[in-house]
Amino acid sequence: MTLFSETREGLVIAWAAIRANKLRSVLTTLGIVIGIITVTLMGTAITGLNRSFMQSISSIGADVLYVSQASWFIESEQEWEDSQKRPAITLYDETLIENQMTLAKAVAPIVSTMEPIKYGRQSSSSVSVVGTSDQYQITSGFTMKDGRFLSAVECDYSRPVCVIGADVATNLFRHGEAVGQSVQLNRRPFEVIGVLEKQGGFSDENSPDNQVIIPLSQFTYSFSEHPDYTIAVKVRDLDEVDDAKEELRTVMRRARHIAPGQPDNFAINQQDQILQLFHRVAGTIGAIGLFITGLSLFVGGIGIMNIMFVSVAERTREIGVRKAIGAKSRTILLQFLIEAACICLLGGLIALMIAWPATLLLQRMMPATLSPFVVGVSLLVSALTGILSGFLPAWRAARMNPVDALRNE
Amino acid sequence: MGTETVHALREVSLEIQKSEYVAIMGPSGSGKSTMMNLIGCLDTPTDGEYELNGHRVSEMNDNELAEIRNREIGFIFQTFNLLPRSDALRNVELPLVYAGVRATERRQIALQVLANVGLADRVHHRPNELSGGQRQRVAVARALVNRPSILLADEPTGNLDSKTGKEIMALFQQLADQGNTIILVTHEEAVARHARRIIRIRDGLIASDEPVIP
Repeated sequence: MTLFSETREGLVIAWAAIRANKLRSVLTTLGIVIGIITVTLMGTAITGLNRSFMQSISSIGADVLYVSQASWFIESEQEWEDSQKRPAITLYDETLIENQMTLAKAVAPIVSTMEPIKYGRQSSSSVSVVGTSDQYQITSGFTMKDGRFLSAVECDYSRPVCVIGADVATNLFRHGEAVGQSVQLNRRPFEVIGVLEKQGGFSDENSPDNQVIIPLSQFTYSFSEHPDYTIAVKVRDLDEVDDAKEELRTVMRRARHIAPGQPDNFAINQQDQILQLFHRVAGTIGAIGLFITGLSLFVGGIGIMNIMFVSVAERTREIGVRKAIGAKSRTILLQFLIEAACICLLGGLIALMIAWPATLLLQRMMPATLSPFVVGVSLLVSALTGILSGFLPAWRAARMNPVDALRNE
Repeated sequence: MGTETVHALREVSLEIQKSEYVAIMGPSGSGKSTMMNLIGCLDTPTDGEYELNGHRVSEMNDNELAEIRNREIGFIFQTFNLLPRSDALRNVELPLVYAGVRATERRQIALQVLANVGLADRVHHRPNELSGGQRQRVAVARALVNRPSILLADEPTGNLDSKTGKEIMALFQQLADQGNTIILVTHEEAVARHARRIIRIRDGLIASDEPVIP
């Protein structure tokens, strides 16, 4: 008997056995179903998390350096207190950087605050109002969906105009064109001259899709005279980020007359830092997730093993008959392994049918899709669980002495 | 604590020719079952030799034993031992499955053998839909389907009423007349007298071995 025909025969027998004990098969499968659902959802959630994080930080830009008073990652209270004592970043710093840096492609001052916005009777309770220059379009890399970005003239002459993010546009202008309309910020009118393309990522208050961009001088006039500046410096070439960072540091130290050996009294931030932190966190989440899913699969596997032992015990006579009429140990082993694998595969399929709509729910929070890779891994894992947990019972069945098996009542 | 080895059979020497119809008799505990297990290649002797149709069975491993059971032995049990979830056809096909016969061919053979034992109209019935006599006929068909050297029947009428038992014995007679080698294990004198030779076993020894005088 060839392995192929043995496998086919095993499938026929397994299917008959599963159908004969429908309720038991379903209950046994439950453990695997839950296990595979967790595997699938965990996999989907982690890839979704990664993807939306990447989308979210892509607006920060890999080739953009951010000069600010404090580092993005404060590791102690002491550090935070120290950074509060530092001199604020000013427009003077910005001018110096713009004039002295050779490796910069664009330099933009950035200030921001959360404010409500109104259009007629529509309003949004909190959008991120950003005051900046026309250079911001280059440092941010934003593309326009409608209209255009702030011009240099509008910034220099402090025109009351604004560019709005995609979510702001959909919230305020449900029907009709946003460009050309007048919105109110702090009871002052601003003309919408452009709408940004949707950036995606986590949709929270600080997302670029929730931004309203106005000329810097309008910002200082309307909201705050001495805001907390951040200076965005876009590097000419991605390969020169490290050189540019060093140059930027030199410019800033010189501007502030910092003696050699003294620490910087400013911080230069970049996307890289967030990425490193993210990978560390995502790695931990992934490891914990894997452990939990592994645990639930393990429990499911024990359920399968248990029921396969029962199945072998109650079919002792059958095993004896099969052996008497010519089944080899290998054939019996294969028969029960296939049965266990089939139960688990069935569980895997049921789990995927449940997990699929569940990922649609997940999609509301993050760009998560049930990838063919995850589906493949789930089915593989479920079959493997079946084979592993079915091995011991199948081995016991295969090793049975036909004389004793036939004598079994 | 020691375990004492009990020899179920001792100094048994026996030769059965092709096409013989032999009954093995003996009370329970006589070693009759051990004898049957040895003849049926379900077990191997701790000592001594058994040669079946030119194969030295006493030196075979489990795999070879399975193969030789498949090819050379057709078992018929007292309790029929059919697979409860499979229909008559599938039960009869099973030895052919293990022999590696292709699906279309084995279906054809199984249908033919089922027709030969008078069950042509019951092929798709499951064991629980068949009478005792019909079940035993399915079992006989299963035993015959691989054209084995020996039909080994263990109390084949033990679970049947006397009328059905007689029918099954008539079927055996017919099979013997066609030249099949039949070994019948029983403790019933009336059943044993259907055979042409009776071997009586007592306390692990052959007590007598004589032809049946009709």
